Amino acid sequence: MTFFRCLLVLLVMFVAPPAPAQDDPFAGLASGNFDDVSAAIAALALSGNPQAAATIGALQTDALFAGPEAAVYIRTDDGWVDARTGQKAEGVNEDDLNPVRVNNAVRRAIDAALGSLNLFSSSATVRAKAAEDVFRSRDPAALPALARAIAKENDAGVRSVMVQARAAARLADPASSDTDKLEDIAVIRARGDIEALGLLSSLHDQPAEVATAAAAAIASIKRSEQLWSVAQSVFYGLSLGSVLLLAAAGLAITFGVMGVINMAHGEMVMLGAYTTFVVQETIGAHAPALSGWSLPIAVPLAFLVSGAVGIAIERGLIRFLYGRPLETLLATWGLSLVLQQAVRSLFGASNREVSTPAWMSGAAQWGGLTITWNRLTIIIFAVMVVAALMAALRYTALGLRMRAVTQNRRMAAAMGIRTPWIDALTFGLGSGVAGMAGVALSQIDNVSPNLGQGYIIDSFMVVVFGGVGNLWGTVVSAFTLGIVNKFLEPVAGAVLGKILVLVLLILFIQRRPRGLFPLKGRAVEA
Amino acid sequence: MASVRTWLRGACLGAAAVALMLGVVPAVTPSAHAQGGPPIKIGILHSLSGTMAISETTLKDVMLMLIDQQNKKGGLLGRKLEAVVVDPASNWPLFAEKARQLITVDKVAVVFGCWTSVSRKSVLPVFEELNSLLFYPVQYEGEESSKNVIYTGAAPNQQAIPAVDYLAANEKVQRWVLAGTDYVYPRTTNKILEAYLKSKGVKDEDILINYTPFGHSDWQNIVAQIKKFGSAGKKTAVVSTINGDANVPFYKELANQGIKATDIPVVAFSVGEEELAGIDTKPLLGHLAAWNYFESVNNPANKQFIADWHAFTKNPKRTTNDPMEAHYIGFNLWVKAVQKAGTTDPAKVIDALIGVVVPNLTGGFAALMPNHHITKPVLIGEVKGDGQFNVVWQTPGTVVANEWSPYLEGSKDLIADWRSPMSCGNYNVVLGKCGGASK
Repeated sequence: MTFFRCLLVLLVMFVAPPAPAQDDPFAGLASGNFDDVSAAIAALALSGNPQAAATIGALQTDALFAGPEAAVYIRTDDGWVDARTGQKAEGVNEDDLNPVRVNNAVRRAIDAALGSLNLFSSSATVRAKAAEDVFRSRDPAALPALARAIAKENDAGVRSVMVQARAAARLADPASSDTDKLEDIAVIRARGDIEALGLLSSLHDQPAEVATAAAAAIASIKRSEQLWSVAQSVFYGLSLGSVLLLAAAGLAITFGVMGVINMAHGEMVMLGAYTTFVVQETIGAHAPALSGWSLPIAVPLAFLVSGAVGIAIERGLIRFLYGRPLETLLATWGLSLVLQQAVRSLFGASNREVSTPAWMSGAAQWGGLTITWNRLTIIIFAVMVVAALMAALRYTALGLRMRAVTQNRRMAAAMGIRTPWIDALTFGLGSGVAGMAGVALSQIDNVSPNLGQGYIIDSFMVVVFGGVGNLWGTVVSAFTLGIVNKFLEPVAGAVLGKILVLVLLILFIQRRPRGLFPLKGRAVEA
Repeated sequence: MASVRTWLRGACLGAAAVALMLGVVPAVTPSAHAQGGPPIKIGILHSLSGTMAISETTLKDVMLMLIDQQNKKGGLLGRKLEAVVVDPASNWPLFAEKARQLITVDKVAVVFGCWTSVSRKSVLPVFEELNSLLFYPVQYEGEESSKNVIYTGAAPNQQAIPAVDYLAANEKVQRWVLAGTDYVYPRTTNKILEAYLKSKGVKDEDILINYTPFGHSDWQNIVAQIKKFGSAGKKTAVVSTINGDANVPFYKELANQGIKATDIPVVAFSVGEEELAGIDTKPLLGHLAAWNYFESVNNPANKQFIADWHAFTKNPKRTTNDPMEAHYIGFNLWVKAVQKAGTTDPAKVIDALIGVVVPNLTGGFAALMPNHHITKPVLIGEVKGDGQFNVVWQTPGTVVANEWSPYLEGSKDLIADWRSPMSCGNYNVVLGKCGGASK
């Protein structure tokens, strides 16, 4: 009896830390139960098994499959690989396999595990991301790995993220000493972002000293957060303003300069977005190497497509209706319905996916400011489009003629300018600019036949507020409306905010019917 | 003023003219007279143009497929079935006109149609006045039961409440953002959810309610607000009743601001396979949806349905979704009830429908209850990288609909039972009489 007891103790000592799943964590992966899979991942990450990183990585990309008798395989481009050995597996029948399914709890376990495994990667970006994952998972089990990684780390930037990750993990560990915890709170306070705030707020049942330090850190982060939030709102406003500006820039030409109430303007934007979709599909099918460049390629094409449609509309419809605004309004509105339904029949009613290139995805953190790359790109693009438009009006021969015709049609005709031709080209230019706006909007909105409808009212609002016929007015008005909207929205809510902006605008137009920057001079008075 | 009115009228005429040009006229499929008399007409009332076309066109197609299949099986009561398709063009008043036309002019035996609640409310008086029959296939806010409508979509307790329970139990969520589009379905659902969460001890400061207009496309500060709300040290989740077109920009903004499902999961009630088709789903891995059916459900009936659908549409990429399953169930319920009643007369079919049981596509059965709603299983799915859902949880059995929510003051004492002798859609159990709230 004593012998058996002794054996048992010995056994326990050798197998420690004991947990049945840890005998073979791979069996846990094949269990089909989310809790067991999570436990198996944690065990695998700690086991030091050379196959751990590959197996957990496969799980992340849905490439891990469980077979009969707890066999686990990884699907690779050239066949099946046995996850336990890393060797090629022969004679695997896909029908016998089930994918190892993943839910959010398992995904968290994967992030935490890969976090501690990738801390020793050779790439600094991977190490930094791994440290960030540990920071989010706050898993005390990663502490020994972190300590080794920090000692080895040469890159100061990555090192500081690792120190933050260690602070997060230590704060979550009930065994840490109070001095360590105070030091950790200082580290987290210095990080100062919204994640730091979340982490500090989640600390409960701490010793008095630690709790006070945490409360002070929370207060300090909240204060700076409030200051940053003003800057953040300005960025949101600029971003909304740039979208409004893009949508309205074309209208500033067709409505502002030519005086045509074009209700089909939104559909020109929509055509630009669908051009982007077609360009992306074509490049994907015929020249996949260029797929990162599909947006820049789509910009001139969208200009041409929408511009050509614009010229056709002017020649085929609008030129018969000059001087009759109500009829123009109705005709172009009908036309907008026709264009929508045409696109719907051609491309189908459902949304089309225009993918975002890698360089436009994600966000940069700058102090307390989150700047999303796609929004920043759109702001820059909007400014470039308007600058190009202004330059075209000011410095090209066509621009000169356009201005001549809009300022004094009869005199321009007398000077030998073919005014009907110029009308068509002007309308085409405005429509083409709308098409370029569509390329940008395909990145943030639905590419659907209804895309344009959402922007038509806003576009008219911007042009009227800015002063009809004045491109600078359109620029100022778009950014003003964007920023006012974004400061009102958190206070009043999105619905009420929109209503308030509209009411303010009506009041403003009552006082200054010609908008912010009215055109002056004899041409206007006449 | 007169001129404004004139051109408004003109605008209306113009729209009608355009609609006519585009072929928005009833399309009657060629009829093949079978041995047992003239064909049975089935009305399909789904928008094929306008904003809702994105969702409703698919439902028209699935109805055509179901009717075609039934005809291949020899029709019904020895007669062929014939579809009468009309296009209400996402225009709510037009729904009522088209419904009246289907019933009085085309003399259809039954109508399958509507998507939005407002379109259903618009046709409701028509169906009640003419005592006809409508099958409504979309999840909705409840608080309604009509003699002439069969609700094959989910009531809030067949979708929203189990989803919240799942998050509270499995993700340990303690703080809730209820984000929705500003109209009747999200407002009612959120009212029910708020009352439900409070009954479970969630405090006021742990609930954030946010409404946005239809088609909202600039989500920057709302997403930032959600992120901030989620940094209070308690696990936070978003319950989204955001509808239609606003979803794509919302999810894109979530992805761009780096909110992952492992940090702040979003569970949506209006996002299915069809809506995900317009987005790159890789950044959305793990966000959730609650439905009664997912295309990825693995069972023979569903595999057959998907194969039939691909063959019928000649497009191997067309997705299937929850409202399609609802029409599948609804059509089979109707077929069975007609066989039971031996006639297509709506009055008799309505009586025969209650208690009819047909298989659903998730491996169970759907029974039509006396409240004119069907029993449904509730499934929670997580978004996968390929635009499909991975079912991570489901109710052990099917759930009976609470058409009147027990969590709302005005409706907690009401029940609906369309069997005689009660035959009432809002019977007050406290007052013991039909019609009206308890106050």
